[in-house]
Amino acid sequence: MKSIPAPLRRITVTLALPVALIATWWFTSAGSQNFYFPPLQTILDTFAKLWFSAQAIPNVLPSLARFSMGYLAAAFLGIAIGVPVGASRTLRNVLEPLLEFLRAIPPPVLVPVLILFTGIGNEMKALVIVSGCVWPVLLNTVAGVRSLDGVLEEVVRSYRIGGLARLWHFVLPGASPQIFAGLRQSLSIGIILMVVSEMFAASDGIGFVLVQYQRTFAIPEMWSGIIVLGIIGISLSLIFRTVEAWILGWYHGLRQSQRAS
Amino acid sequence: MGAPTTSVRASMSARTIVWLQGLAGLAGFAALLEIVPRIGLVSPYYLPPFSTIIVALFGEFHRAEFWTALGDTLKAWAIGLAISLIAGIIIGIAIGSSHALRTLTHSTIEFLRPIPSVALIPLAVLLFGSQIQSTLVLVVYASFWQVLIQVLYGVQDVDPVARETAVSYGLGRWAQIRYVIWPTTLPYLMTGVRLAAAVALILAITSEVAIDTQGLGKEIADTESGGAVAAMYAYLIVAGVIGVIVNLGARALERRALAWHPSIRLDSAEAGA
Amino acid sequence: MHTAAAPMLEVKRLRKIYEDASRTVEAIRDVSFIVGQGELVCIVGPSGAGKTTLLKCVAGLLPPTSGGIALEGQPVAGPPPAMAVVFQEYGRSLFPWMSVHDNVALPLKQKKMSAERREELVRNALLSVDLPDVGGAYPWQLSGGMQQRVAIARAVAYEPHVLLMDEPFAAVDAQTRADLEDLIRVLWRKLHVTVLFVTHDIDESVYLGQRVLVMSHAPTVIMEDVVIDLPDERTQLETRSMARFGELRKHIYSQIQLAKQGWRPPSERGEPRSS
Repeated sequence: MKSIPAPLRRITVTLALPVALIATWWFTSAGSQNFYFPPLQTILDTFAKLWFSAQAIPNVLPSLARFSMGYLAAAFLGIAIGVPVGASRTLRNVLEPLLEFLRAIPPPVLVPVLILFTGIGNEMKALVIVSGCVWPVLLNTVAGVRSLDGVLEEVVRSYRIGGLARLWHFVLPGASPQIFAGLRQSLSIGIILMVVSEMFAASDGIGFVLVQYQRTFAIPEMWSGIIVLGIIGISLSLIFRTVEAWILGWYHGLRQSQRAS
Repeated sequence: MGAPTTSVRASMSARTIVWLQGLAGLAGFAALLEIVPRIGLVSPYYLPPFSTIIVALFGEFHRAEFWTALGDTLKAWAIGLAISLIAGIIIGIAIGSSHALRTLTHSTIEFLRPIPSVALIPLAVLLFGSQIQSTLVLVVYASFWQVLIQVLYGVQDVDPVARETAVSYGLGRWAQIRYVIWPTTLPYLMTGVRLAAAVALILAITSEVAIDTQGLGKEIADTESGGAVAAMYAYLIVAGVIGVIVNLGARALERRALAWHPSIRLDSAEAGA
Repeated sequence: MHTAAAPMLEVKRLRKIYEDASRTVEAIRDVSFIVGQGELVCIVGPSGAGKTTLLKCVAGLLPPTSGGIALEGQPVAGPPPAMAVVFQEYGRSLFPWMSVHDNVALPLKQKKMSAERREELVRNALLSVDLPDVGGAYPWQLSGGMQQRVAIARAVAYEPHVLLMDEPFAAVDAQTRADLEDLIRVLWRKLHVTVLFVTHDIDESVYLGQRVLVMSHAPTVIMEDVVIDLPDERTQLETRSMARFGELRKHIYSQIQLAKQGWRPPSERGEPRSS
């Protein structure tokens, strides 16, 4: 193995197990008569037929659109509320128990509640996503603002850096690692909520389509839908990590230099 | 007169003040919940006043179905959590202590991890219907990753000097795990338990809402469709309280483990607030 | 060196008491002194002497319990624009998410000036601390001594009238410390800035200062205002081996020993004021 160039070796190692697993799946299911576990080949054929056609657009896009809106709204709200709460000890003490309680309510439980308020339309789904995703961002923002470095805070004060400049150059960057941890949690929660809200009550969307397939026993289609969800989950995670690496590059460098010393 | 003046006032008073402030926040929220529907800002059908909800809550306490549902949810939560813990620890230590295994499985783990467990809902329904196994599938799938990732962090954090010392003393694989790897991994594991416990509860109730398996989630969906709105909110409160208890308990556990291992851990404090 | 007519910095009967939920601590009881324009004054004292508290009060970062501080005749209520502070913890006083250049430039953005002027100040400041090429680097990529130089450059670029330094070299190694001490003297002469330098290192205070204020243990008062009558041109090797250096050093050292043993001024001991 040593004679093989490094990049090639890395690709091999990365793909070895996944390829092996997929191959195993393919071969063990090849002649399958099991109703619930059709051959992988059938699933992939169905996948290509369904999702690379007009099917995809009316279903995937609305789901992603609702998700993006809800997620971004939750991020904005969480940070906007989290910063002042994090900065004021009184506010923190007053609100923290309440916020801990609200965040402990499992978000999918709000689906029935919000159906009550807003019916089963797009607003419900977007609201569900917001109401579930806001808490990790909010609580992590509070924690991040709270743990801003005291020395740096004195530097900021001594140079009379105040107002918007203080927020933009000190508070937000300083709290950003913690904020991103919250955004990461919210990402998983948001995907769950996107799917569940659509399974429950929708006329389009991935979750809706998945439930339809299951109810009509369209098994290969259902499996292909699971794969689509998996791909969406992986893609969103990749996008998130790219953005995070870009914004928090300084932080990763800092931690590395600290660990080295 | 020459010594610095100090006086020791009870530090208790500071903590009591924080407690009271928190209580004030909760009470304020309850008051809001009481007033808003009563003055008609929101229709009392959609949002019953707080007092009505509390009455409904106590009404639920008298129903046997409430306690069965609560038990069902907690049962699914506990069993799923236990399975994912055992699997996560065993697989995590096995993979983590071998460099080869780690590099081989890294990509697979990173691929599988972000797949939302709710994607498995249709499959679970087909296989198990509304039985508890459906819930367990979701709970285990989601919590397992939390435990696995933390255990992997922990095993990787083992001090190489300690490990080499153990090897030079001729400690076998099992002894190494027991005396070197396990103590380092324990605090990370506690963080994993905290995260997994929270996720397990969410997924347990989610599957009950979505799949109609017995439990709190099902009660919430039923009360909503049956128009028993105040009871629905009562269940919400119960779900929240359980969630808080689970979070607090897990955090206390984590802190106990962290207290024995002071040096390690700004990292996983970021893993989740 | 003579002091100008109006003092640059005047501290009058400063008192600072810390109160939190559990204790009351009188850190500073009664401190008064004057720093003339362009002077370099050092403050030494045993640990626990409230030196950092004093500096923070002078900087406007901590409100005094009573007494006052005046900068160029104006009372100090919050951090004044004519003052810059260099902290001891250099690693934590630079913004890790900004490059060195942006770190130095940030305080200047609060002052009204053109972008060209700002760039010029940043460039010259980095040059004056002997770091012309690190503008694009991040602080955590630099060594400790270099990071402290960046903090000093940031203060220099700000064009302050008074430079406050809080044990800035306590956390660097001895060789770097010697270089940084000389750098401070060079900058001080070049920029004609007034410097108040807090340190626990007696040798450093004698080497750097024109005057050394010796602090007692908390509740702090000034024990003595020692004039350092060493020549203006100072070098690490020669100055530190001078006889006069040794005498001054020994004198301040014995004062600090007294302070550690709990020395209190005559007014507190209830004795009549005798000399």
